Amino acid sequence: MSIEELLISLAVFVLAIFVGYLTITRVPPTLHTPLMSGSNAISGIVIVGAIIVAGTVGGLLGAILGVVAVTLATINVVGGYLVTDRMLRMFHRSDDERR
Amino acid sequence: MDESTQILDNVTLAAYIVASVLFIIGLLWLRSPETARAGNRLSALGMLIAIVFTVIDRDIVSYEWIIVGFIVGALLGAIAARQVQLTAMPQMVAIFNGFGGAASAVVAAAQILSQNDTRDVDTVVSVTVALSVLIGSLTLTGSLIAFGKLQGIVATQPVLIPLRHVVNVVLAIAGIAMAGLLIYDANLEWALVAMAVVALIIGVLIVIPIGGADMPVVIALLNSYSGLAAAATGFVIDNPMLIIAGSLVGASGLILTRIMTRAMNRSLGNVMFGGFGVADSTGGTAPGATDTDRPVRSVNAAEAAILLGYADSVIFVPGYGLAVAQAQHQVRDLADMLKERGTQVRYAIHPVAGRMPGHMNVLLAEADVPYDELKDLDEINDDFRRADVAVVVGANDVTNPAARTDRSSPIYGMPILNVDQARSAIVLKRSMASGFAGVENELFHMENTMMLFGDARASVEDLLTEMKEL
Repeated sequence: MSIEELLISLAVFVLAIFVGYLTITRVPPTLHTPLMSGSNAISGIVIVGAIIVAGTVGGLLGAILGVVAVTLATINVVGGYLVTDRMLRMFHRSDDERR
Repeated sequence: MDESTQILDNVTLAAYIVASVLFIIGLLWLRSPETARAGNRLSALGMLIAIVFTVIDRDIVSYEWIIVGFIVGALLGAIAARQVQLTAMPQMVAIFNGFGGAASAVVAAAQILSQNDTRDVDTVVSVTVALSVLIGSLTLTGSLIAFGKLQGIVATQPVLIPLRHVVNVVLAIAGIAMAGLLIYDANLEWALVAMAVVALIIGVLIVIPIGGADMPVVIALLNSYSGLAAAATGFVIDNPMLIIAGSLVGASGLILTRIMTRAMNRSLGNVMFGGFGVADSTGGTAPGATDTDRPVRSVNAAEAAILLGYADSVIFVPGYGLAVAQAQHQVRDLADMLKERGTQVRYAIHPVAGRMPGHMNVLLAEADVPYDELKDLDEINDDFRRADVAVVVGANDVTNPAARTDRSSPIYGMPILNVDQARSAIVLKRSMASGFAGVENELFHMENTMMLFGDARASVEDLLTEMKEL
């Protein structure tokens, strides 16, 4: 990685931290648990890296590391989004129709 | 970017921009419960786009292991998400964090382990591999211990190892030394493995001394780490998608960590290394003895029901005891009955009530309690003095007025719910045992406080029966 590429990546990193900070400060306490499980599902983005390992490295080592990483990351993504949806489904206002 | 170093197609990179935007809008929509569900789906759509465009990238040459991983992971994830009890949500979030951290560490490690000739590995890669493997590994074991504690497999009391600070420092130095070796020469694969092992042990050692009531901080912090590990891995494989999404999660976890430590008036260092809630419980019988010496007013369900029956305004104060007793549905039934009698009912939620940020809100939402009846500390604290009855269900330290006045108390300065200012308080509690902080609760000895002893769920059921008789 050249210095230019590193600086671009660092800029992306720093700006994304700021966007995350500004976005999430406004989330009300009522939604803190869904926020955690939903953002946890987003951290499952490492599945992209896992796919690259499993699909490009090859050999026994690539197969083992790839399958472990893809499995763990998929659990994180699928489980994280589903459980967040399950929680959010339950939130309703007092004037809503009872389901 | 130089053509030779570019790993992914331009189409894939463009898809990542779309995915990033969807993640950010998804998080923005989490600002209101009305849009939150759609926001989560938008975020999931972003994830799907990122996955699909990565899989069809021309650099991906073999698919069998990807498919195996997808199928196994999706099955396990879906089963876990469907089967888990809502009371077990904190440990569920903990274990998912651990898996995310582990996946990041494995992807980063593969970058070095898979190279036959590592002379080409540059410093940026080896530094970020070291970071990712360190953070990812300690997130895995830290989360597993947190899971064990929340599930009751590992002792929930703080476990203090002798000389733990010395051990921690030695391990930290060992981890940094291994990282240094790896950065110096990426061929030293044993240094990578040794570093991972050290980080795995550190993960265990930093979570095991932390007590149950401090879990909201730990879970928020591990949440942040799982994001930071993904971001570090993004630097390793030069993938902007990982950097963006990982940073969003890292920031989110850090904000929640800060909200939690503020709500306890303690620093992060104190939570992580303070061994809070141990001193008094090991201090022999002295605190217990003073408990029994001072009078408390114990009432039965019938007396408490009369008080509730004639109240115009009632505030429920739920705590971890509500989750343990699974009393949320009974509390909702009681609230419904009060509302039918024309009583105003609200719920006061302390930020650190329960075992993770927002724990009480999810439990009460499960019991169909409308979210607009759930009030934060700042919103409701001035209303206690106008409330006829405050009903404390399984909360303790967060209601202790000593936090306002007693400078010698370990919880001095912690923002508390002003339960003592309500005209009367009914405290549902198993026994006079002190709370997590090991501090006696002044509230229990106050003139207008009534203790209703017993399991929270059974007590609320008794209240329901008695209310029907009124």
